[in-house]
Amino acid sequence: MREEILTTQDLHLYYGNKEALKGINLNFKDKGITALIGPSGCGKSTYLRTLNRMNDLIPGVTITGTVQFKGQDLYAPSADTVEIRKEIGMVFQQPNPFPFSIYDNVIYGLRIAGEKDKEKLDAVVEKSLRQAAVWDEVKDHLHESALALSGGQQQRVCIARVLAVSPEIILMDEPTSALDPVSSSQIETTLLNLRQDYTIIIVTHNLQQASRIADRTAFFMNGELIEVDATKNIFMNPAKKQTEDYISGRFG
Amino acid sequence: MHKAKLQNKIAIGSLYGISGLVVLILVALLGYILVSGLPQLSWHFLTAPAKAFLKGGGVGVQLFNSFYLLILAMLISFPIALGAAIYLYEYAKDNWVTSAVRTAIEILSSLPSVVVGLFGFLFFVVKLRLGFSILSGAFALTFFNLPLLTRSIEDSLRTVSENQREGGLALGLSRWETVNKIILPAAVPSILTGVILSAGRVFGEAAALIYTAGQSAPALNFADWNPFNISSPLNPMRPAETLAVHIWKINSEGIMPDAKAISSGSSAVLVIAILLFNFAARYLGKRLYKRLTSA
Repeated sequence: MREEILTTQDLHLYYGNKEALKGINLNFKDKGITALIGPSGCGKSTYLRTLNRMNDLIPGVTITGTVQFKGQDLYAPSADTVEIRKEIGMVFQQPNPFPFSIYDNVIYGLRIAGEKDKEKLDAVVEKSLRQAAVWDEVKDHLHESALALSGGQQQRVCIARVLAVSPEIILMDEPTSALDPVSSSQIETTLLNLRQDYTIIIVTHNLQQASRIADRTAFFMNGELIEVDATKNIFMNPAKKQTEDYISGRFG
Repeated sequence: MHKAKLQNKIAIGSLYGISGLVVLILVALLGYILVSGLPQLSWHFLTAPAKAFLKGGGVGVQLFNSFYLLILAMLISFPIALGAAIYLYEYAKDNWVTSAVRTAIEILSSLPSVVVGLFGFLFFVVKLRLGFSILSGAFALTFFNLPLLTRSIEDSLRTVSENQREGGLALGLSRWETVNKIILPAAVPSILTGVILSAGRVFGEAAALIYTAGQSAPALNFADWNPFNISSPLNPMRPAETLAVHIWKINSEGIMPDAKAISSGSSAVLVIAILLFNFAARYLGKRLYKRLTSA
């Protein structure tokens, strides 16, 4: 039994008066991929963003309940969002490389943290880009702008950028929905390579994607967690009627 | 169907006409100024000091004053504008304080420059006893320039996509690190363009300076760079007539025999300088943006 690295208990989130998350209880074990699926507006992205406190940036949001990372309360008054986000990285829907070179993109977190050793930085760049399965494509132009890359390459550089600060958990908010099928499948390959070493939580609209890569799948609807189980069970033998309806395309 | 097509044609036609008219007015104005002014230009004209009663004076001192004032005014206003813009766009919450600051900036930016000049006269020249001086002028120009520059920098920050901020924060950078190391570098081309364009406006400003930097240009000793000597070009406490003020003054009370020629020549110099600012802004902005975004 692997230890539980991230737990949420009775998590409620309100945009003003609107309740967007209605008491979510969901725990994540160390390592492996969990997919969050559900119809648009069901709260899965909102939920994902409570896990590294990105919702703090939105005015008018109230959050109750507890989120614990390795037993530490992420919403305790003493919690430091900067430290939290170093442990819990995030990849977004739109690839968002910084307007710098590929090399600078990957080491940005480290360099700002004060790392100056050139050899060490070089090693981290290569390791991270290899892990993100984009090294062979970019190794000859590391010092060219990351914005000149294709969307899929940009997204993998963004993944490498997160890996470079060696987080424990990587949150992904529909990381392939802005990409073409070939790039998407490259990202999926990347994720499968990473699942041994990282805890990955991915929001996706693509059910096939969830079934291909996720060890566990959680189904959200109307701000509630309907069901969470091994991916095979969710797709072959769901316990709840709503899950079955959604999986079989009867709505959503 | 036919009616819609006809309307469309008329609309496009009038829009072309209006745009053409704007270009025509600009070309006519520039043409007139350059045609009457360019023949007056010479190395002597650009470097010699002005003469009050005799012909053959130049605008060297005024030209130097214009640049010196511009640099001082920018040195004072840029850091303040940058700070204000960063605070307003990156930090300030949407509440009444922020909206009061924004309203204040809007009003300040629509103040007529002659009002700014008279305020500068009463406050800096008289009250603070700075006299008619470069320093008074630079402060007045700061008042004139600050709101425009703040807004232009804020607009530059707005051009940096929100997902860059999220990317920085999600990487475990603090808000300050995100602003300082990601947003500002990404906004540099646009900020630079804004700064140069506002430099053009400051360079051509006359009304705010008439009562603050003064209307006299004492002869300068360009061999003396000690800012504490009264004849040193760098002395910030000396009165300093700028090129734009010089044009205004010659036209209203110039008694030298070649006043008309000097006025035309000065206007041409001023217009060329401002055109150069504009082209430089475009060129540098584009080049920087290119360098930052593609290899």
